[in-house]
Amino acid sequence: MNQKRVILEGSHFMNGDIACAEGAIAAGCRFFAGYPITPATEIAEHLAQRMLEVGGIYVQMEDEIASMAAVIGASYAGLKAMTATSGPGFSLMQENIGLAVMTEAPCVIVDVMRGGPSTGQPTLPGQQDVMQAKWGSHGDYEIIALAPSSVQEMFNLTIEAFNLSETYRVPAIVLADEVVGHMWEKVAIPPAQKIKIVNRKKANAPSEAYAPFMPDDDLVPPMACFGEGYSFHATGLTHDEHGYPQTSSSEVQQKLVKRLCDKIRKNADKIVRVEEVLLSDADIVVVAYGIVARAALSAVRKARAEGIKAGLLRPITLWPFPENHVAKIAQQTKAIVVPEMNCGQLVREVERAAKETPVTFLSKLGEEPHTPMEIFEAIRRNS
Amino acid sequence: MRIEIRFAGFGGQGIIKSGIITATAACIYSGKNAVQTQSYGPESRGGACKSEVVISEEEIDFPKVIEPEILVVMSQHAYNEYAENVKTGGIIILDPEMVPHEKELKNVRVFKVPATKIAEELGRKIVANIAMLGAFVAITGVLDKEAVKESIKVNVPKGTEELNLKAFERGYEYGKNLLKS
Amino acid sequence: METVMAHPFAKYLREAMMPHIWCSGCGNGIILNCFVQAVDELQMDLNKLVVVSGIGCIGRAAGYVNTNSFHTTHGRPIAFATGIKLANPELEVVIISGDGDLFAIGGNHFIHAARRNIGIKVICANNFNYGMTGGQQGPTTPVEALTTTTPYGNIEHPFNLVHLAAASGATYVARWTTLHVRRLTQSIKKLLQKEGFGFIEVVSPCPEIFGRYNKMRTGLEMMEWFRKVSAIENFSDPAKAEITPERIVVGEFVDIAKISYEKLIHEKIAEINEKKMQW
Ligand SMILES: Cc1ncc(C[n+]2csc(CCOP(=O)(O)OP(=O)(O)O)c2C)c(N)n1
Ligand code: SF4
Ligand SMILES: [Mg+2]
Repeated sequence: MNQKRVILEGSHFMNGDIACAEGAIAAGCRFFAGYPITPATEIAEHLAQRMLEVGGIYVQMEDEIASMAAVIGASYAGLKAMTATSGPGFSLMQENIGLAVMTEAPCVIVDVMRGGPSTGQPTLPGQQDVMQAKWGSHGDYEIIALAPSSVQEMFNLTIEAFNLSETYRVPAIVLADEVVGHMWEKVAIPPAQKIKIVNRKKANAPSEAYAPFMPDDDLVPPMACFGEGYSFHATGLTHDEHGYPQTSSSEVQQKLVKRLCDKIRKNADKIVRVEEVLLSDADIVVVAYGIVARAALSAVRKARAEGIKAGLLRPITLWPFPENHVAKIAQQTKAIVVPEMNCGQLVREVERAAKETPVTFLSKLGEEPHTPMEIFEAIRRNS
Repeated sequence: MRIEIRFAGFGGQGIIKSGIITATAACIYSGKNAVQTQSYGPESRGGACKSEVVISEEEIDFPKVIEPEILVVMSQHAYNEYAENVKTGGIIILDPEMVPHEKELKNVRVFKVPATKIAEELGRKIVANIAMLGAFVAITGVLDKEAVKESIKVNVPKGTEELNLKAFERGYEYGKNLLKS
Repeated sequence: METVMAHPFAKYLREAMMPHIWCSGCGNGIILNCFVQAVDELQMDLNKLVVVSGIGCIGRAAGYVNTNSFHTTHGRPIAFATGIKLANPELEVVIISGDGDLFAIGGNHFIHAARRNIGIKVICANNFNYGMTGGQQGPTTPVEALTTTTPYGNIEHPFNLVHLAAASGATYVARWTTLHVRRLTQSIKKLLQKEGFGFIEVVSPCPEIFGRYNKMRTGLEMMEWFRKVSAIENFSDPAKAEITPERIVVGEFVDIAKISYEKLIHEKIAEINEKKMQW
């Protein structure tokens, strides 16, 4: 097959969902399982066409539970795999996201957030799944979630999500919102060889000696896939390094769950990404992510034009939360403003990291995202 | 400079397409930055429909239209909804056949382009939005004519390029004449 | 002198997982045994075999066979297996799971996998109840049977699994009891060689719980019930094969040829890319 013909390159004008789908293909994703839901459907529709063109698999499952299960299966069979959904489907996926965490299956879940709870407002944007992304499955775990705020980032961060997921053998979530998913912007796609692609560490021990959950120094175990000559067992039950269930050993439980958390926590410095704008002398800092960060940037510029020393800290990685960045800026600044399209989710993390520095929360529900003016007013009131 | 444009009408008129053609022309064929957003959902399935474009030489922070300089409007309903929201000194381009009732508006210039009629003369009512786009380019001058034509070629269904370009030219001529008069 | 002989099937089992969790008299061991026998007779490449199960007593089977194996969440082995099979069609993917796992919580996945004709093979241990959680009513519990959640007798109608499988589009459908060891083994061999979605129901004793509640306290008593009421009727109408206390129709019900989903999708991929090359 002629690869050049099927992998996009150059400048394209496209919407966020399609950019996400193309990002997946560029990242080497060759398996998509999903179930239609607004405002993520275009990802599935685009991949229904494109996956087959690049020799990959697209399958529409009977629901999101099945989609997530199929993604883990495909990942264990050796393919980079993804699903895409919105709030209601994301809720259905949670149990199996936990299975992916426990069995350390690299995979990517895209959640194009709309208004909830329940069926909510299917065609309006929201940022209401931020905590679900972190805590949605039962048990203790760490996970990675990235929040794109442009169509270009829908492309870039989908690739990044695959890279991080493959590196740490953990599900990575692209936490987008309806506006970013549906708006059209230019996306510049570099030649394939210029795009950084990370693939999972392969098992290299002889098959008799292979212990599927024996970590290397980075706390991540090399991965064998089905059919590669290693016969191994994986289970959602608490298991030892060999993958064998140990359902009544507190020692094994502690060791495993701690490692699953620590492989992310101890590598957080390498995972966390933020954008910092005009922070060095800022008296007031807006912490915003996703589409809201675009309004925040506009507001910060307006404030600067009016002589207010405002800055923007944009978490690109929502999970692990960039708490060191927030803690550091909290020491330098007088006040923090956090606009979110929810009733207060990431703001809790900001407050925790900001300690004494006052944090003002700016909620927006049920309509378009905050306007620059609304955020500017909050900057002015708090400066 | 940031320019905000709103295309409005009802579903099925190609309103969304107009926005995409405009934004593509700006960012792929004119070296500018552009973002297109749209009202989505029930509205894009037959009811009121809008497609908004922000064009700028600089990086575009906020991608949504706040107060447009230009409103291109193809239904009475959309006119009623958005006519008063145009920036002072701005432009409204409307199809008089689709917008028979106008309001008293101050500080905006109104241009009437019989796009539906032009399209009907070409035998396909469906290209009215493209005729409107031609007039829009002629009247506002925000985009280079050739860039928009390139954009039309890649954004319309295969086999309809010629028809669409014809509609564009007709609309463009009509707009040019309006400016002269 | 004591001689320890290696069991002929030792290589198929994970010693480190032993002892198994199953009660004495349980039918699960028989099912696993028949499966291993079939794999052995077919000389299957263990590297290409993946055994998947859900959660339940029988769900532990995946861990016991010394091949690629995955123990998924409750109800989801079919969906998980779908991902494996499509990602790598060369793998032979077999699901061994329970009636609750496959037909209550996972029922939707079953009918859709059968409808799509994904090339995965499902072996269901039907013990008429949720063994793992202590014997609750499930989708195959007979009317009037006693379970921990039907203390006054079950008033729900059970699924006729072979009828459900046939109606959903499975290319191979059979039912046996754990009494029919030889036939079950041959049937599993056939199942493993079929293209598309295949299904075997194995009526299996759970003396520890289901039997205890329903006056069959030992595995032997349950097997005695199977012996008394089961009748082999190959290719009879699956719609008429409802299991009742008086009658268990066993045998093959469906054996048809139908192209599998994975073949179709790979044909499509080849077709699309051929077209591309012609440009
Ligand atoms: C989501 C979820 N709900 C409930 C359970 C508890 N649970 C574990 S096994 C099981 C039933 C198993 O029944 P079956 O599939 O018939 O297997 P058996 O134990 O009878 O072999 C249930 C309800 C679970 N593990 N996960
Ligand atoms: S509870 Fe029933 S099904 Fe479970 S192991 Fe015991 S006998 Fe077997
Ligand atoms: Mg059972």
